Amino acid sequence: MKTLEIPTFECETGNYHTFCPISCVAWLYQKIEDSSFLVVGTKTRGYFLQSALGVTIFAEPRYAMAESEEGDISAQLNDQEELERICLRVRNDRNPSVIIWIGTCTTEIIKMDLEGIAPKLEKQLGIPIVVARANGLDYAFTQGEDTALAAMTHRCPECNNHITDEERIKAELLVVDIDQKKNLFDRKQKLTKFNLVLFGSLPSSVASQLNLESRRQSVSVSGWLPSQKYADLPALGKGIYVCGVNPFLSRTATTLMRRRKCQLIGAPFPIGPDGTRAWIEKICSAFDLKPDGLEERESQIWKSLSDYLEILTGKSIFFMGDNLLEISLARFLIRCGMVVYEVGIPYMDRRYQAAELLLLQRTCEKMKKPTPRIVEKPDNYSQVQRMHELQPDLAITGMAHANPLEARNIDTKWSVEFTFAQIHGFSNARDALELVTRPLRRRAESIYGCRNLSKQMVNG
Amino acid sequence: MKLAYWMYAGPAHIGTLRVASSFRNVHAIMHAPLGDDYFNVMRSTSERERDFTPVTASVVDRHVLARGSQEKVVNNISRKDEEQNPDLIVLTPTCTSSILQEDLQNFVDRASLSSESDVIPADVNHYRVNELQAADRTLEQITRFYLDRSRKQNTLDRSVTNIPSANIIGIFTLGFHNQHDCRELKRLPRESGIAVNQVIPEGGSLKYLKDLSRAWFNTVPYREVGLMTATLLEEEYGMPYISITPMGISNTADFIAQIGKLVNMWASAISEKKLNYDLYVDNQTKFVSQAAWFSKSIDCQNLAGKEAAIFGDATHAASITKILVKEMGIRVTCSGTYCKHDAEWFNEQVQGLCDEVLITEDHTEVGDTTARIEPSAIFGTQMERHIGKRIDIPCGVISSPVHIQNFPLGYRPFLGYEGTNQIADLVYNSFNLGMEDHSLDVFGGHDTKEISAKPLSTNRKNINWTPEAESELNKIPGFVRGKIKKNTESFAIQNNISEITIDVTYMAKEKLSP
Repeated sequence: MKTLEIPTFECETGNYHTFCPISCVAWLYQKIEDSSFLVVGTKTRGYFLQSALGVTIFAEPRYAMAESEEGDISAQLNDQEELERICLRVRNDRNPSVIIWIGTCTTEIIKMDLEGIAPKLEKQLGIPIVVARANGLDYAFTQGEDTALAAMTHRCPECNNHITDEERIKAELLVVDIDQKKNLFDRKQKLTKFNLVLFGSLPSSVASQLNLESRRQSVSVSGWLPSQKYADLPALGKGIYVCGVNPFLSRTATTLMRRRKCQLIGAPFPIGPDGTRAWIEKICSAFDLKPDGLEERESQIWKSLSDYLEILTGKSIFFMGDNLLEISLARFLIRCGMVVYEVGIPYMDRRYQAAELLLLQRTCEKMKKPTPRIVEKPDNYSQVQRMHELQPDLAITGMAHANPLEARNIDTKWSVEFTFAQIHGFSNARDALELVTRPLRRRAESIYGCRNLSKQMVNG
Repeated sequence: MKLAYWMYAGPAHIGTLRVASSFRNVHAIMHAPLGDDYFNVMRSTSERERDFTPVTASVVDRHVLARGSQEKVVNNISRKDEEQNPDLIVLTPTCTSSILQEDLQNFVDRASLSSESDVIPADVNHYRVNELQAADRTLEQITRFYLDRSRKQNTLDRSVTNIPSANIIGIFTLGFHNQHDCRELKRLPRESGIAVNQVIPEGGSLKYLKDLSRAWFNTVPYREVGLMTATLLEEEYGMPYISITPMGISNTADFIAQIGKLVNMWASAISEKKLNYDLYVDNQTKFVSQAAWFSKSIDCQNLAGKEAAIFGDATHAASITKILVKEMGIRVTCSGTYCKHDAEWFNEQVQGLCDEVLITEDHTEVGDTTARIEPSAIFGTQMERHIGKRIDIPCGVISSPVHIQNFPLGYRPFLGYEGTNQIADLVYNSFNLGMEDHSLDVFGGHDTKEISAKPLSTNRKNINWTPEAESELNKIPGFVRGKIKKNTESFAIQNNISEITIDVTYMAKEKLSP
């Protein structure tokens, strides 16, 4: 157990099921209360949104489609005039403080210059227009939020911290790189405790829970990206420390570092009590603070989870992969005593997730569990074949596969629920396990003696 | 560009996929970017399908954008061919691939050289047709493909079946109550001595498509899908078809009368015996269907002259309009459809039955119209149900677009005699609920209202909520807020805390979670 087992990364065909990244409007419009989202694309996108969002669509959401028609595709119509007409209507109907254009595959393919048109219309209409290209050509599901937040990064006000050049140089060295990890926290400086900005969209109650956790360590969070209101976007600039709360925000992290000169605290993500503790510890160490009472707090939480851990210990799990939360969840569940067979993931940013990967390895060592194989761009068909052999106790999967797998006697949990449920921080660890254990708890009480309810013959 | 919040009919490829995945052992490959395979989710959740939806994507990504799909599509087709050995692979274009203008026909030609399965490209234009039109077209395309082939191979059996038989065309996956309608539709002819030759596409096997023309006639229960196939069979094989939707008593009677006419045309030639269905219709109307009696009963008298608004696909909206007006004496103020491509037929059907005809794809227009005329009940799609909720008018759902609620496990056909019972219930319940609500309002509501509105935490002795904690509490959804408030307060009492801060609320949550 001396040597670190490096997780093996594999890459398959990318033939997997996930949500289109434009689905990020579903939670972002709720998060940013004074925004209005405009998805520029064809009927296919609109149909996806309305079927994926189900009930929310009826609640008069602040998003709409600018549906491209044949005239737009063949450039018989002028993009700028068309968008102007539509944005005018949105402005008159809803009076938002910002309009966020979501570019789709269509706008990519016909090379509609959204970034070019936006500043012109912005001036004309007097409303900020932010452009995020959340398309299925480049991104998967939650990465949509990443593109939107990266775009909003440019709209955050500049902070006027006066720091000396020397400090600035030191601060830049804090940018996390996997190789520098060892000596990262040796060069530090006294910083005010009010320049930490967290990024990632969380329900406001979860955000305030995390604020509270860091306040307990006397680090106060100076702002969130995104904020509840567009007008309250946090100030960014040199001397501002930033830390991500979700594993899919690598573009945002890069933009914050490169374009806004912020310092990134590379930490595991606050999912599960272990993750939350590691996350706070990293933040504390960035501010040269000794974490206070964290260990007890973590063990307290673990104690309160004991009934769920009993269910989970020794059970096996298989992540098909579709929302990029997989590494953090796998790490948390291994710590809960589960065996993870495979972690499918759409995209793996090894730099941004470095600390999380490290924690995954440590957790595997600690729990004496094999390191799972990590499969980037998985192939769903091959995965189903592998699952057929491995017979995991639980599969975390998209809705397209959930019912068929259940019919084949493999318990499933719908992966999308993890993106919408509150799973961050100490207080929500129980909620996360509530989700994971639900199919397993249900199992105990079932089921008429039929094991396999599928109609198809099992082939191979 | 068009500003849109909601659409009634989906994009074209959905129609193609619905038809392809309804046939047995047919696989569809979409030429689409990541995330466009949402169809699989819809089928798996709404229909609670036990099996993997036979649809995969040949993913369009940056590389494809730069260099074209090249081998990718062909490889994906061959791979599916080896893995699952389907009878047919339908290469399905999406809006993305129609902009890319890749030569799908070429991929198909190359792939069919090496694969055991038949391969065809779905011939639909994304920007000109919607889901329903595309489904209609794809069904015709597949049928034509197999009929033409067996004609070339001389395996086509042109002889009609010995006993009268019919094909049912247009039953397919994700259709509004299609499964139940199908069962009812099979029963209708069977009871009148007519065999069902084939049902397509649902559960249909491509091997048997060549025997389609052995039936005496075709029935197309829904306007939207199947007419093209029926026309094809009529033109090339001389098969007559019935396009009456047997929804409601008079339509069902018409439907059976048509069957009688068609069967007798042949029967008299073969056996010189004429079949008479009048007695059957009479019996069914009086005793199997309760709808005729219902419309005479006092209940229905109360509905006379009440106003309703109707919106849906052409088939359902037109049929329900007829039923409400002619069979129940309800006044239809406005009847409408989103099937713009079939507007002429719809106008003809509802002419003289309603005050106003609305043909639009814009749900806000439907909402505005409904709000203006203030009917006592709405019969529409899921969208109208929500419009109704907002303006406090009850709504019965009669047409897609649908929701998982519209895939009931119990037997709920809209067609045939059992269908008339279901519709009568639906109509009556909608109006009745509206009345009940209204009279409650008039008499000051349920007397329990006051009590249930009281805060659930009764023993709030010396407990204060800080404004912050209070506002945090208000973020919790209403239906659990009371419980959480109570739990937090009892936690505070147990721990001798007199002021509830945000901190305390979270502590309580951690401690008290069940």
